[in-house]
Amino acid sequence: MISENKLFEVSEDGFYGEFGGAFIPEMLYANVKQLQTQYLDILSLTSFKNAYDNLLRDYVGRPTPLYEALNLSKKYGARVFLKREDLNHTGAHKINNTVGQVLLAKHLGKKRIIAETGAGQHGVATATVCALMQLECVVYMGAVDIIRQAPNVARMKMLGAKVVPAVSGSRTLKDATNEAIRDWINHPEDTHYIIGSVVGPHPYPDLVARLQAVISEEIMQQLKTQTGSADPDYVIACVGGGSNAAGAFYHFLHNEKVQLIGAEAAGEGIESGKTAASLVVGKRGVIHGCMTSLMQTADGQIVEPHSISAGLDYPGIGPLHAHLFQTGRALYNSITDQEALDAAFELAKMEGIIPALESAHALAVLPKRHWKKEDVIVVNLSGRGDKDLDTYMKNLPSYEQA
Amino acid sequence: MNRLEAHFTNKPKRNLAIYFSAGYPSIESIEPIILTLEQNGADIIEIGMAFSDPLADGPVIQNSGTLALANGITTVKIFNELSTIRQKTDLPLVLMGYLNPVLQFGFEEFLKQASLTGIDGLILPDLPLEIFERDYKTLYEFYNIFPIFLITPQTPDDRIHHIDKLSKGFIYAVSSSSTTGSSEGFSLSHIRYFERLQSLNLSNPLMIGFGISNQKTLETVFDNASGAIIGSAFIKNLQPSAKDYGITQFMNQLLNEQ
Repeated sequence: MISENKLFEVSEDGFYGEFGGAFIPEMLYANVKQLQTQYLDILSLTSFKNAYDNLLRDYVGRPTPLYEALNLSKKYGARVFLKREDLNHTGAHKINNTVGQVLLAKHLGKKRIIAETGAGQHGVATATVCALMQLECVVYMGAVDIIRQAPNVARMKMLGAKVVPAVSGSRTLKDATNEAIRDWINHPEDTHYIIGSVVGPHPYPDLVARLQAVISEEIMQQLKTQTGSADPDYVIACVGGGSNAAGAFYHFLHNEKVQLIGAEAAGEGIESGKTAASLVVGKRGVIHGCMTSLMQTADGQIVEPHSISAGLDYPGIGPLHAHLFQTGRALYNSITDQEALDAAFELAKMEGIIPALESAHALAVLPKRHWKKEDVIVVNLSGRGDKDLDTYMKNLPSYEQA
Repeated sequence: MNRLEAHFTNKPKRNLAIYFSAGYPSIESIEPIILTLEQNGADIIEIGMAFSDPLADGPVIQNSGTLALANGITTVKIFNELSTIRQKTDLPLVLMGYLNPVLQFGFEEFLKQASLTGIDGLILPDLPLEIFERDYKTLYEFYNIFPIFLITPQTPDDRIHHIDKLSKGFIYAVSSSSTTGSSEGFSLSHIRYFERLQSLNLSNPLMIGFGISNQKTLETVFDNASGAIIGSAFIKNLQPSAKDYGITQFMNQLLNEQ
């Protein structure tokens, strides 16, 4: 049983099955090695745990509610619960990770924080904790995304962060990540890199998953109170890099009674060539220091993804998810741009909650499956939709007619 | 005998390795660039295999790689070009690139093609040492491709010794913690680092790269190692429209300027 229980945990050398590892140039070795050897010890320090828990409670606003969505429940013929990560300070789950990592950086004596961001949610969450801790903050963001996500750029600037446009490649999230890694190579001594998802070289996938695991921990406690059982039948979360899903799945990974479902962004469809469904169309490969399922050409060049949601617009996926997919422990559904939009408008009208486009991908799983009346379904509502209002307003007319 | 081994035996000091991205400024330029470099005193040629997401490269090399990819360069085309060029030169040829394209080609198939093409060494900065040792070391040996690894000022002495044991041909010492092409001149801390490396009595020759752009920095490196690797400065000075791509002038300035 013990060996079985380790099935979904990271190995000592950073692998989940055949995925993960630390495929990094020597220039990053010292920094990554330092994190590898110290992260577990630091995370288990009482002083760290207290500081982390206190900030999550008093600054972030945790625990976030677990809300039984009665109108959705009635429509889908099951008990649907929403884990309200959208109610965190800064509007998404991303801050669970940045609070933890900024404390880790302080512990390591780092003076400067760098981060990458796509939609800007992780950038805002990083800029926020840097302001709180009075640390210098530089956020790399694709030049294309800077234009697409102007409100979040403004928030980061107001919080005192420097936003640097990534002008190489396709000028989106993957290129912002390249630029952040290059910055880290050029500042090996004083800088900590706060990766925003369960991607990158070991130990980042495990580190970020542990810092997001508070989501599933709370789900268990809250479900126990609300239904009498800590175990849901289903947990559903959207997956780009996969940090909110990793956090929502974490405490259920070894509980086979709980069916885990990830929602990948299919974009315009998995066969359209404009997709971000890395698990379905990807092949095993290395991106940003990590072996995972990767969208790439036959020649091994990384392909540009497409999704209506900038936060799911990543050609790879966290190695934990590649492993959960390969072993069949979790199911992954591909959700199109259109299905995500439908789900977002449905939630707004039926429950009075405007979800982030990313989170709408998780909600879009509801109409795709058959449920039993007694099924308890938890959908992780990873973020709020204010940042997506432009996209929603462009699509409003078609929903007004209907 | 591997040409790298033969070369360093004959010429242990003052070696100049030049790096460029295959396919920039054009695929047809690969052959004239290599042959002109040989005529002008280059000792080793490093052929860069462009990758869409080159983590360790600075802007100059990155841009040349992006343009090479836009020109249609592929792993297969690089091997095709180099097998023709190999008939015309005996210079040691080293391939440098990232792991993912090699994995997609098939690692063993890649080493086999490299061997058939007459490649002498391979640098894959994102191939971890442990994985090299576990999965690929015997294949490199079988195909007589020399594995070349990087070290930096942050690499501890015991790790440098370990890398020395796994390396063949030479060790690529990165002069400072940086991506390629991002520092200007050498400081005292660079010199201390070079001296520390010399004091380790490594079994492989040391080639120093990153931050070498003129005769002054080149001479400093020649004084402290078996040779120098120049990439960004060379690519920056490539003149796509000149008959010899501006290489003769660049090499003359580098080697003869007083």
